Amino acid sequence: MAEDTGKHLEVALVAAERVVWEGQATIVVARTTDGDVGILPGHAPLLGLLQGGTVQVRTVDGEFLVAAAPDGFISVANDRVSILAENAELGHDIDLEEARRELEQALAAGTASEADADEVRAAEARVRAAETAS
Amino acid sequence: MPATQRELKDRRASVSTIKKLTRAMELIAASRIVKAQQRAKAAGPYARELTRAVSAVATFSNVDHPLTTEKPNPKRAAVLLITSDRGQAGAYSSSVIREGERLNQLLRDGDKEIVPFLSGRKGIAYFTFRQREVEQSWSGDSDGPSFARAREIADALIEAFLKPTEEGGVDEIHIVFTRFVSMLTQKPDVIRLLPLEVVEGEEAPAAEDVLPLYEFEPSAEDVLDGLLPKYVASRIHFCMLQAAASELASRQRAMKSATDNAQDLIERLTREYNQVRQSAITQEISEIVGGANALADANAGSE
Repeated sequence: MAEDTGKHLEVALVAAERVVWEGQATIVVARTTDGDVGILPGHAPLLGLLQGGTVQVRTVDGEFLVAAAPDGFISVANDRVSILAENAELGHDIDLEEARRELEQALAAGTASEADADEVRAAEARVRAAETAS
Repeated sequence: MPATQRELKDRRASVSTIKKLTRAMELIAASRIVKAQQRAKAAGPYARELTRAVSAVATFSNVDHPLTTEKPNPKRAAVLLITSDRGQAGAYSSSVIREGERLNQLLRDGDKEIVPFLSGRKGIAYFTFRQREVEQSWSGDSDGPSFARAREIADALIEAFLKPTEEGGVDEIHIVFTRFVSMLTQKPDVIRLLPLEVVEGEEAPAAEDVLPLYEFEPSAEDVLDGLLPKYVASRIHFCMLQAAASELASRQRAMKSATDNAQDLIERLTREYNQVRQSAITQEISEIVGGANALADANAGSE
């Protein structure tokens, strides 16, 4: 049971080559392999693999952020949330049209192999993040 | 016969063109190195968080993962040699290749077969010239390696590592790269990539900084499965970024001394040119004076 500490979460969305977003949030919702988890301040330490690739963050200013984080993972400890994904992106940085085109291409390439399926999942996550953000 | 004025002039002109060139390369390397350092810094948070997460899993669960298990009797060792794509960087590539050869010797002494993986055209050229077999090689972005490239290399290395030895797999993987110590010092270095040694972070955690008791989702094994390949890619990326910064620093230094040498050469040639010109003038004057005297003498005799 997460107790209300009256605090906020320090969230960092980190890609391999840069920090995409960093700030304070009241809640983070991420989909792990076991389903959606909502993280509030005071959450127990957690390490989880992300699936589906989108993460939602509500900042302390009430702003709502969506990020595409395909094939990443989340780590929570002491009210610090780190979301790591090689190609993390914020939803409103993604060009929706372009993301849709890429998804179509990925789907056309098929989902036969593991790599192709990964590509489709990543493209879907980007489209979803862009749609929710706009 | 000393060089003629024209020859000296031409030589001076060509040296000053070279100087302009090396100077430009020096400046380019200097500006890129700032960028390379920024990249290395920007990649820091990802690597740090990943290391922390891997240490957390390794500390709190007693899982044996294929990537962390030492094989009992290592027979084949892969060596990833990170060199540059272009020359003009002083002894950069040759010193990292020399370090690689030293490691190869060491491994051979331990009765291990070497499976080379290369990154950078210089290393590829070195191996091709000696007609040695190369397992796999990458080139094209040695001075600004992307994470995607590191990932590609990591995938290839992990695949080789997980294959049984009899089918052409390898038992351990080493990386030879150049560590960026400072702008003045870059040191060739070797690390063993796989099997991974259990990581406890860069430094021993302080008492109050004890890693929290994590919950794993879905399970410690699955999390480790997902994390380790990322961790390997991140280590490779780190090495490549270090190598890139070292390459640029070496190039800047090499080009700076080339520029200085060109400057010295220009000064020497200018001096030599002035001497030759002066002696030509002196000779001309003495010839005119001599001629005039002879003429005067002849005229005096005829009157």
